[in-house]
Amino acid sequence: MKPAPFQYVVPESLEEVMDILGQHGAEAKVLAGGQSLMPLLNMRLARPAVLVDINRLPGLDQIAVEDTAVEIPCLVRQRAAERSPIVAEELPLLREALRHVAHPQIRNRGTICGSIAHADPAAELALVLVALEGEVVAVGRGGERRIPANAFFRGIFTTALEADEVIRSVRIPRRRFSGQAFREFSPRAGDFALVAVAVALDVDPQGRVQTARVAVAAGSDVPARLTEVEARLQGAQAGAEAVKAAAAQAREAVQAGSDAHASEAYRRHLTEVLTEEALLAAMATTGGNVA
Amino acid sequence: MSTEQLKTEAERPVAFTVNGQAWRGWVEVRRTLADVLREEVGLLGTHVGCEHGVCGACTVLVNGQAVRSCLMLAVQADGCEILTVEGLSESTERLHPLQESFWDHHALQCGFCTPGVLLSAYALLQENPQPTLEDIHEWLSGNVCRCTGYQNIVEAISDAASRLSAEKGGR
Repeated sequence: MKPAPFQYVVPESLEEVMDILGQHGAEAKVLAGGQSLMPLLNMRLARPAVLVDINRLPGLDQIAVEDTAVEIPCLVRQRAAERSPIVAEELPLLREALRHVAHPQIRNRGTICGSIAHADPAAELALVLVALEGEVVAVGRGGERRIPANAFFRGIFTTALEADEVIRSVRIPRRRFSGQAFREFSPRAGDFALVAVAVALDVDPQGRVQTARVAVAAGSDVPARLTEVEARLQGAQAGAEAVKAAAAQAREAVQAGSDAHASEAYRRHLTEVLTEEALLAAMATTGGNVA
Repeated sequence: MSTEQLKTEAERPVAFTVNGQAWRGWVEVRRTLADVLREEVGLLGTHVGCEHGVCGACTVLVNGQAVRSCLMLAVQADGCEILTVEGLSESTERLHPLQESFWDHHALQCGFCTPGVLLSAYALLQENPQPTLEDIHEWLSGNVCRCTGYQNIVEAISDAASRLSAEKGGR
């Protein structure tokens, strides 16, 4: 199909974006990379009255390293992030996850912030933002606010963004982990994941897990941390035994959804398998001895 | 017409370069690049399959990068350089080495997916002249082919990479 008619505006500043959004509210949609919105327009699942194309906004396509965080503005393409030396150095988990996002041809246009704003429950980038305790910088007529990832995703395709707000950037803390890993299972490469797992941890010189982050997207409304599993890992000797126990617990703790693509039971199974793989891989990158 | 007026119009003037040729015209803002390439520019080599970014048949290069032309509005291509399958070979006498290789390896059957596959492969070889099988698989994952089973396409791209590297090395 073809998009329904809309009014097309190309603002030249964020202030102009806010004005337009303020005026049209939910009738307006922001178009960045378009890799989620364009399919919805083509299929007429979305019929916004006004399409606000932000692609010509100046100065919002470069990743910046600040003292405490890496800032990724709204016009940074996924493929640019994938190739960024900053991301390779500071955010290896993001880099690993990006390779699972659709295909290179899609990542060439798709943006990091666009995927976050779209809030698909299976999206890799939302999961990474939750795992790394990132925040969304939203700007609107009321000013700027920073929304932590765990408060940003409210449900399927639903976020804390107000109708007059646009994501200016996402910020991810500069926090080195001794190891991290991303694993997902999808029926075909590039498909949305049935289950995706993001793991980051610190292992002390004695081989004990100091901190662990385990985040899972398993077909429920939003990606979530498995805090019980994290607590269980903390203080445990890094190795196959602790990993097996943690993975088994993840299977029970995860909020798994059931739909045409996979049953809840299958998603629980995948959660266990992928959590085990991810934890072992993360421990292996710490250089520790994983028995 | 002032900029302010333009911003609310259903049609806008668009100018871009396709396969080295300048093109300009008025375009309805809601039309995709794929449709404008086919119906306004008259280049029917870019195929339209799923219209939601999954099949890859409409893949073209915009400013050197492989993208889905069904997931981009034509107005967004204003000022861009576009390469379609028609622009791959430099003359009508000779196919591009990738196309030669597809011929040699029987890498197409019905041909519907072929333009998109060729442009994905072209983009891959531009940024990575000696791809591994895994690299080729990753790029091809963005193009659906229902005839060949992919094996011959993978072989064709792999062989083309060798030929192109040899050509370059020989010069």
